[in-house]
Amino acid sequence: MKITKLLATSAIVAASLAFTLPAYAEAESDDPIIMVQNNWTSQLVLSFVVGKTLEGMGYTVEYAPSDSQLQFKAIADGDMHFQVEAWEGSMKEAFEKAVADDGMVDAGTHTAATREEWWIPDYVLEKCPKAQDWKGLDACAEIFATAETKPKGRFVGPPADWGKNYAARIDALQMNFKAINVGQAATLWAELQSAYDRKEPIVLFNWTPNFIESKFKGRFVDFPKPEKGCMEDKAWGPNPNATGDCGAPHSGWLKKAAWSGLAEKYPKAWAVMQKVDFDNAQIASAALMVDVDGMSPEEAADKWIADNSAVVEGWKK
Amino acid sequence: MNSAVTDVGKTPQSSVPGLNAFWVQMAAMICFTVLLSLVLDFMKVWPQEWILPIKERITEFFTWLDKEAGIGQLKFKTVTRSVSWLLEQPLDWAEYILYRGIKAKQLPAIFWIFMPVIGLAVLHKRFGLQKCLIAVAAIWAITLADNVVIQSGLYELPRTTMDALGIKKLDALPWVVIVAGAGILGHWIGGWKLALFSAGCIGYLAVMGLWRDSMKTFSIVLVSVPFAVVLGLGLGIWVTRSKRAAAIISPMFDIMQATPHMAYLVPVVVLFGAGQVPAMIATVIFAMPPMARCTILGIQTVSSDVQESGRMSGCTPRQLLWKVTLPSSQRILMLGVNQVVMQTLAMVVIASMVGAQGLGHKLLFSLQQLRLGAAVEQGLAIVLMAVVLDRLTQAYANRAPGELASRETGWRARKHLWLFLGVTVAAYLLAQFIPMVEKYPRAFTFTLGRNIDFALRAFSKHAYDYINPVRDFITVYMLIPFRDFFLWLPWSTVIGVVGLAAYWLGGIRTTLLTTGLITAVILVSGNWEQGMLTLYLVTSAVILCVLIGVPIGIWASRSERAARPIMATCDTLQTFPSFIYLIPVIMLLKVGDLSNVIAILAYATVPAIRYTYLGIKRIPEVTIEASIANGTTPLQRLWKVELPIALPEIMLGINQTIMMALAMTAITALIGSSDLGQEIYRALPTSDSGRGIMAGLGIAVIGIVADRLIQAWAAERKKQLGIN
Repeated sequence: MKITKLLATSAIVAASLAFTLPAYAEAESDDPIIMVQNNWTSQLVLSFVVGKTLEGMGYTVEYAPSDSQLQFKAIADGDMHFQVEAWEGSMKEAFEKAVADDGMVDAGTHTAATREEWWIPDYVLEKCPKAQDWKGLDACAEIFATAETKPKGRFVGPPADWGKNYAARIDALQMNFKAINVGQAATLWAELQSAYDRKEPIVLFNWTPNFIESKFKGRFVDFPKPEKGCMEDKAWGPNPNATGDCGAPHSGWLKKAAWSGLAEKYPKAWAVMQKVDFDNAQIASAALMVDVDGMSPEEAADKWIADNSAVVEGWKK
Repeated sequence: MNSAVTDVGKTPQSSVPGLNAFWVQMAAMICFTVLLSLVLDFMKVWPQEWILPIKERITEFFTWLDKEAGIGQLKFKTVTRSVSWLLEQPLDWAEYILYRGIKAKQLPAIFWIFMPVIGLAVLHKRFGLQKCLIAVAAIWAITLADNVVIQSGLYELPRTTMDALGIKKLDALPWVVIVAGAGILGHWIGGWKLALFSAGCIGYLAVMGLWRDSMKTFSIVLVSVPFAVVLGLGLGIWVTRSKRAAAIISPMFDIMQATPHMAYLVPVVVLFGAGQVPAMIATVIFAMPPMARCTILGIQTVSSDVQESGRMSGCTPRQLLWKVTLPSSQRILMLGVNQVVMQTLAMVVIASMVGAQGLGHKLLFSLQQLRLGAAVEQGLAIVLMAVVLDRLTQAYANRAPGELASRETGWRARKHLWLFLGVTVAAYLLAQFIPMVEKYPRAFTFTLGRNIDFALRAFSKHAYDYINPVRDFITVYMLIPFRDFFLWLPWSTVIGVVGLAAYWLGGIRTTLLTTGLITAVILVSGNWEQGMLTLYLVTSAVILCVLIGVPIGIWASRSERAARPIMATCDTLQTFPSFIYLIPVIMLLKVGDLSNVIAILAYATVPAIRYTYLGIKRIPEVTIEASIANGTTPLQRLWKVELPIALPEIMLGINQTIMMALAMTAITALIGSSDLGQEIYRALPTSDSGRGIMAGLGIAVIGIVADRLIQAWAAERKKQLGIN
């Protein structure tokens, strides 16, 4: 009796394997293409746009959520296949490491340019009219101070793991600010929302394109334009004794990342992925449908495809 | 107990012999190390050159595992990937049933695997197991051969039948069926009340419009729980059988549970990849230890009479285990299952960081959008699921033994099963005509999300003016000096003080263990500063937790009417995904240490409340009456009788509070900090396993040291009070 039971169990296990294995091997091109999904609006909508386009071509598409840093390891391993938004600002290090280690490939750059810089809501200009310029901002640093940063102003900086060093820039420009790093992007928005509701002066790290533009009125602070000399030549820029005394580039890249096996496994899909290209206005309109009109990212993607059918058809050619 | 009453007049210090000597030695130790560190710099700050490259070695080890390890052609990675693939199969099936539906091309494989097995289960009693097995094997052999070689169309028959009927895919179970299923299960286990409760809670998931995401999450739970239970049971049995296993596995469980969940993520991704399955593996790692612990406890506490009678009736050791020991510890085993379920749901949000779909992912997205209301509802969905599963497993555990084998026979014994099958068939048929049977219509969803957002913003806008001065005061005059103090402390002083305290409380072995762990994991690996910052945050939070939690616990013990809502709030606070607390805290208090402390507080006060309540409630009536007879005022009774007797229990509560506060530091790192929790996050971009693991272990070590010291103290104290 015992032996028969044992046999029964092992037979069931073996059979389940046997049945799924041939199906697995046979349906190679039927395997789903896995799109990475992060937790911000534009990325979600755009990944649905690409995913639905591929589905329209007959592919099976699945969506896998991932942390925006761990995703590159997953793509390089082929566990996930395509990331539609890789940001120079926050992901450069991990992106380049994954490409260098093989497994992940750079699937091209979007037309959209990204910018990340210090950012102020417009009402700050009432209290500090020249705040758009870094010198003007520095002159009224005190209005941004909190108890623990006094007399220095408080700059709410990006998450520490994004590889930015704003403390160094503040030192190089000899500004009267202290950088407080947050732990995640949502923290930035909570700070902004709270200050915005109370019209309290705040200067924080922000980037474009992103949903903040459609909800809050504000602008980037202008810093000395970065040129080649800034990082290498101490004499360059406002501070003759320091390097790094300049702002961030005004047009950072927004790339697509893909698993290196795609080209071989799904050649047609790979061709489409390489052609996929969004500009700033398209990204903003995609995010707007979710952030302002309250659609779900999936609905927004359907609408975006309907509104931009010419663009989508262009990718398929 | 007598000694407790005679202790009343004395101060607690004088009851511990040699306590004055302890303080003298402590003062000497502090003076000595501080003076020493003034002279010798390396006694204050561990020199950079002396830091051992432990993190680098661990990272290298994992890279090696990932890229090179293996025997000949068989790479280690192939093995881990095969494990992933194996685990993926049951998960796929759960997903097909719960929300995906089965597509035509997947149908044949699923049909031919399961139909014979179901047939076997139903018919083996009538025709005999052996015959049925042969039949099953024959069906499999024929269909498999047909699929691979012959291709006469038999294998594809289910698919062609479906095509002929014009059905493109088999839909997943309609929501009505799952809600009814929860009700039927509730009725089977615990009667009408439980039935209504379960169906109501699960139904509400649909009302909130979170059905599909809930089912995604539920399919992971459905697969991870049995897996964690079986693994925990196996390890637990092994520990009771072998001393050597006990020596290795028990401390490993301690470490596994004290290490924040996040720290597992990087190594799991390196070894198992990203996606649903690795998320499940991380969940199982975290949820399994309670099962193993309950198994060990269950086996060890089975009364010797039961064991003896089992042996007398001639059981083999195996029969003794499966037929006597385990069934008679059924209750405690079910408690283990219950804990596994709760831990699994606690992992939902974190697991979504490595690719788990469903509620966790949606919750993080809502937070990113600052839609706190939506996040609260998604959190509520997780809580509802947890509560239903909790009640069901508890009710099952509390059934009288033997009730399972129902007295009824025939169809009555299986009436719940038949009812469920009936509902399923009816729902599928109805769904052809009324679509809302299959999918809950979106128009009927009802959400409070926007209102919650609005309320929070209004609150933060108006309350801020009152809160801000308090925030500034606490931050500038209390927290920052406290932090500077921790950062100033020489390492030699910290380790010296811990070692001395450990010696007095537990003896030389405790000293060696605690100081050894701190030195190896935190000091030498170069995490000292982050470790001290963690200690500072946790100490601040724990002090506040005790100041708030203990009085609430006392209050609850005094008034039954207060106790109920307080305990209910405690339950909710603990099951609610802690990520949600972060946003309101930031909006009110800005990014800073106080926000960290308050977010920790929201989560970690619960055990302080609960253990104080239990500790006071457990004091025997007689003791209280004796003190009243002696003429104590209520206040005297509290200070001189109840609190001293309940103190060991309260200290265990504080112990739990420390553990939770430590776990929470990994989550509050999202607010912004520079402690060990933040180190774990910083390890994510480059998948730096060593950095993440050492930071996680650092947190675990702080917890283990606190645990050892408090346990040793509580044991000593209980001995003095004559309590076992």
